[in-house]
Amino acid sequence: MADPMKIRASMAGDKVEVKVLMSHEMETGQRKDSKGATIPAWFIQNVTATHNGKTVLSAEWGPAVSKNPFLSFRFAGGKPGDKVVITWTDSKGDKRTDEATIA
Amino acid sequence: MNTGRRKVLKGGGGAAVLGLAMVAGLFRSNGAWADWNKAAFETKSLADAVKAMGGATPVESKDIVITSPDIAENGAVVPFTIASKLPKTESMALLVEKNPSILAANFAIPDGTEPWVNTRVKMGQTSNVIALVKADGKFYYASKEVKVTLGGCGG
Amino acid sequence: MDKRVVVAVGAFFAAIGLGAAAQQRTAVEEIERYRAALGDGNPAELWEARGEGLWKERRGPKNASLEKCDIGLGPGVVKGAYTVLPKYFPDSDKVEDLESRLVTCMVMLQGFTREEARKDPFGDPGKKVAMDALVAYVTSQSRGMKMNVAATHPKEQEAYEVGQKIFFFRGGPHDFSCATCHGADNQRIRLQDLPNLTKTSDAQKAYGSWPAYRVSQGEVRSMQWRLYDCFRQQRFPELDFVSDASIALTMFLAKNANGGVFDAPSIKR
Repeated sequence: MADPMKIRASMAGDKVEVKVLMSHEMETGQRKDSKGATIPAWFIQNVTATHNGKTVLSAEWGPAVSKNPFLSFRFAGGKPGDKVVITWTDSKGDKRTDEATIA
Repeated sequence: MNTGRRKVLKGGGGAAVLGLAMVAGLFRSNGAWADWNKAAFETKSLADAVKAMGGATPVESKDIVITSPDIAENGAVVPFTIASKLPKTESMALLVEKNPSILAANFAIPDGTEPWVNTRVKMGQTSNVIALVKADGKFYYASKEVKVTLGGCGG
Repeated sequence: MDKRVVVAVGAFFAAIGLGAAAQQRTAVEEIERYRAALGDGNPAELWEARGEGLWKERRGPKNASLEKCDIGLGPGVVKGAYTVLPKYFPDSDKVEDLESRLVTCMVMLQGFTREEARKDPFGDPGKKVAMDALVAYVTSQSRGMKMNVAATHPKEQEAYEVGQKIFFFRGGPHDFSCATCHGADNQRIRLQDLPNLTKTSDAQKAYGSWPAYRVSQGEVRSMQWRLYDCFRQQRFPELDFVSDASIALTMFLAKNANGGVFDAPSIKR
């Protein structure tokens, strides 16, 4: 099971600003190991963020997103105490869901 | 009351639901989301990427703003904010022209979400970076050159 | 890749047609903007979280956690401990830095052998290790505090003097010393300004920024790693992990940074 994400959600004016740090190698499939063998591609392909069951962001990623991805976005309609849930799935079928309370 | 469906959801457990989901085409057999535009992530030019997303020639727009440093001290992590002032912005994508595959990320912006995203991508070398926005069914873009350098002893 | 980038940078300067000095200023300012833009959202936080778990997790043959480990301010005290290291510890009768102390505690509290505790100190893509996560966690608990290395015990003073000798010692096939790159103002490698570690203000800033998430490495790198990698780049023999030499050199650098605000784990190229 992948390491947990670090999610921060806080009010920025009347919007909720979400900042997420995900733990993932995001291998491009271009790198070679010390023996010269290509390290296979392995990267987060889909990210979904929801608030009260409503999708507030969804994304398709390729391997060019940096290792240990950082993502920030803003949405309306949230208030302190609400939960934001973020899920990612990767090219191996691994998945991770974490949530944070809006501060 | 649909007892059949209730039975599947309660008694069938995860495997049954997963099976149904696979049949419904939500997952590929390896469990990865089927909702990933493989063709778009293999393109090498802006035109091909837009085509793979179902669009025609994109139009340059001053209502799309790319914010980033002009020089990246290392190409492994280059931070970008892309923002769109175009009405009915549906999606925003980040493309790196000289990368092996041009499309780095594509964000779908639902109603109520600000057309504003900050993330970090890999740049293989100095290159134009393109923010591609789909608004009201049409494609628009803005472009900016970011230099990639290498600091220190190269390690 | 290196040649291509150097050529590209050269072409960039030619293309913008500025004078040499002005180019440098502009580029340096842009790089500062790059560093500032990375400030929010440091992947080191992922290591800090993992390290906190490892600090509290029962591990090793004795199935014990590290929660009774004395890293400088008494058993179990993590907050502020990094600011007093390196320090002499009576239980091991040596001057130890953080990583050396973690090894000592892994042996004494958790029952690992010294070889097991010292193995794999630095992470790599696809390879997670305990040491750099523990360092990230412990150092994060000293963030914002001033470096306060005592260096009063005779062995601490000796370590400082040995470290100073190492700093100025020229050797290896390039006849480099640490001072070659870090002993004067206004030194630079490519577009990277080098801190003058013999000057207090530079020493404080530099020491206070390690450990760091190095984006070029995709890993959190500690002071032990920094010294190991400097030795590698100087083409010196390999600097042994938590060797007396590495601790002495750390003592020299840490004490020179006294009074500086510790601001790590940071994020760097």
